[in-house]
This record gives sequence, C-alpha cells and structure tokens, in this order.
Amino acid sequence: MIAVLGLIIGVVAGLVLEPTVPTSLQPYLPIAVVAALDALFGGLRAMLDGIFNDRVFLVSFLSNVVVAALIVFLGDQLGVGTQLSTAVVVVLGIRIFSNAAAIRRHVLKA
Amino acid sequence: MVPGEHRSEAATDMIPAVPAAVPPTTPSDDEHAAGSTPAGPSGPRTLWAAGRPRASRAQFFVALLCALLGFALVVQVRQTNVEGLSALGQSDLVRILDETAQRTADLEREAAALERSRQELLSGSDQQQAALDAATKTATTLGILSGRLPAEGPGIEVTITESTGTIPALTLFNVLEEMRNAGAEAIQVNEQRVVASSYFVDTDDGVEIDGMLLTPPYHWLAIGDPAALAPTALEIPGGAMAAVRNAGGRGSPVARDKIQITATRTVSEPEFATPAPIGAG
Repeated sequence: MIAVLGLIIGVVAGLVLEPTVPTSLQPYLPIAVVAALDALFGGLRAMLDGIFNDRVFLVSFLSNVVVAALIVFLGDQLGVGTQLSTAVVVVLGIRIFSNAAAIRRHVLKA
Repeated sequence: MVPGEHRSEAATDMIPAVPAAVPPTTPSDDEHAAGSTPAGPSGPRTLWAAGRPRASRAQFFVALLCALLGFALVVQVRQTNVEGLSALGQSDLVRILDETAQRTADLEREAAALERSRQELLSGSDQQQAALDAATKTATTLGILSGRLPAEGPGIEVTITESTGTIPALTLFNVLEEMRNAGAEAIQVNEQRVVASSYFVDTDDGVEIDGMLLTPPYHWLAIGDPAALAPTALEIPGGAMAAVRNAGGRGSPVARDKIQITATRTVSEPEFATPAPIGAG
C-alpha cells in the first residue's frame, strides 16, 4: 500500500515539477526505469509468493538500476551502446514477462 | 548478458534468501511467514496483507524507491514525447533523410513540369494575342480599303462645280481613276464612299454613283499622299482636272493635313468566291 502510495506520489511529482533530464543522464534513464520496473515486478511476485523482504527489494532495486546504467555506460564507452541497451532491454523485458506470468498465476490462478 | 544474469540472480535470490531471513525479524514479517505456509498463499489475501501500511524504515525506503521509479518513469515519458529527431537512431535518421531527399526531388520535378506548362500556356496566349492583333489590324486595313470603316489622314479635297455644262460620268470616273492611280486609300464623293466596285453612270437626272444620284457640286475627299495626289495626278496636263474644265466644270484640288472620311459602305458577303487555301495559288 505504501509502495503504491509512493508510486502515485512520484508520478504526481514528475507531472507537477516537469523536470528536464540532464543530457549526461539521458541515455541511462530509460534503461534504469526498465530495470526498476523489473525489480518492482520481482518484488510483487515475491510478495505473492510470500517471500517478500524489504531489504532484498531495496538491494535488488538499486543494484538493478545501477548495473543497467553501468552496462549502458560501458557500452557507450566501447561504442556498442545501442546494441548493449537493446540487449539489456530484451533481458529485462523477458524477466518482466516471466514475473508478470507468475503474478498472473497467483492472482488469477491461471 | 552477464549483468542480466546478475539481476536474475537477484530475483531468484529472493526465493532462497527470504525464508531464511524472515522468521527471526520483526513481528510484521511473521505474517509473511504465515502467508507462505505450505498450504499455499491466496494471491489477493497475501496482497492485502502485504499492502497494509506498516511503519518501518524498510517500508519507507520501498515507498521512496517506488516514488523514485514513478518520477523517473514520468520524466522519461515526457522526455520521449518532447524529443524530436534527437531521440532517433542513426538508421532512422538516414531513412528520414532519404525520404526527405526523395520527396524534395519529386516536388522539384513537379515544380519543373508545372513551370514548363505555365511557360507553354503563356507563350500560347502570347501567340494567340499576336494572332488576334494581326487579325484586328488586317480587319482595320481591309475595313478602310473596302469602305466599311471611317478613316482619316492627310489627303486632298476637291470641289468641282458645274459652271457652264454638265460633267459626264466618264469624266468623274477619270478623276476617280487618277486618284486611285496616285495611291488614294479612301475616297468619298459627296456623302458616298467610293470603293473598288463603285461606278458612275449617266442618267436623265444626272450622274449616279452606285445607284445614288449625285448632285453638283461634287465634293471629293481622298486620303493619300497629298503631294502625289494634287499636283501630279489630277493636275497633270491633259489629265483629269483638264477634262473636268473642258466639260465646263471648275475647281482645283487642295492639300489638307487631315481629311476625315465619315461615309461608310456595308460590305456584302461574297456569294461565289471563297478563300483559296494558303499556298494553293
């Protein structure tokens, strides 16, 4: 509940403040957002499995974001930023899908 | 790929890591433990249980992270929406550039074609205008020559009065012929326009021109070169004016800078003659 509340507050803050992304952050933000989404779904799934742990969620969330941004950064430095971004998005997308499937099994029993 | 695995590890980590960590911790986590009993958690109920607000630092951080995520999500969505070409990849940009160049070429071709047809139309209307001008000029010329139009210009004026005798039609015709020979372009006698088919004939009442009775004095107007008409043509010794004087008339041509011939003649359509094809002759 508090998590949903936090999400709503964040969305509202983003809508109200309308900040512009700094140029240096622009390549990393989308990947970071996807990674965070992945962590969020993972947390939701763990919650439904009854094994949710705040600490694990925090750590996985932050590490997901940092590692994703790091990969993109590294890829940019190596000149394969676009490809690596695609790879990260694909992997995260697959994970989000599998997590969503698990959540669906829990919620809908199907 | 390696970091991806790393993250998947983190997700799978949750499963083994949490049950070990949960039981010794706070009482609220007991519910987790209870929910995850082998009997199997009921999805919605577990959600409800987990969703109950609990004041703990971890919960606060979770909320903070979620807020951060929501914030970043919205910011990124807005950014993506406002970004124009700068958000596109190289291949997309190349494609767009290509399409633009293609479109430009198409439009330029179309513009050239339109320009060409415009030129054609313009020159066409020019030619049409020229043809119309020529036709108008020809019509004017022919109108003057055929007596259909009034005319004005330099010429001579001759008033022939009968003093002692009657001037015969032949003598008047001689005057006309002399004028024509001298290049008179439009001729009028009294109120009658003299044209190519004009004739003089003697009748009991007097001289008729084209069926109309002429009454003396005969007032001639002729447009042409005054120098050629007056002294040279009419006054040539033994010429037209001499014949007039022999017939008992009087009068002499007077050169005028401006002669106005107002009498006109309606020209009938040729009944038998049709225009011959150009070049056939």
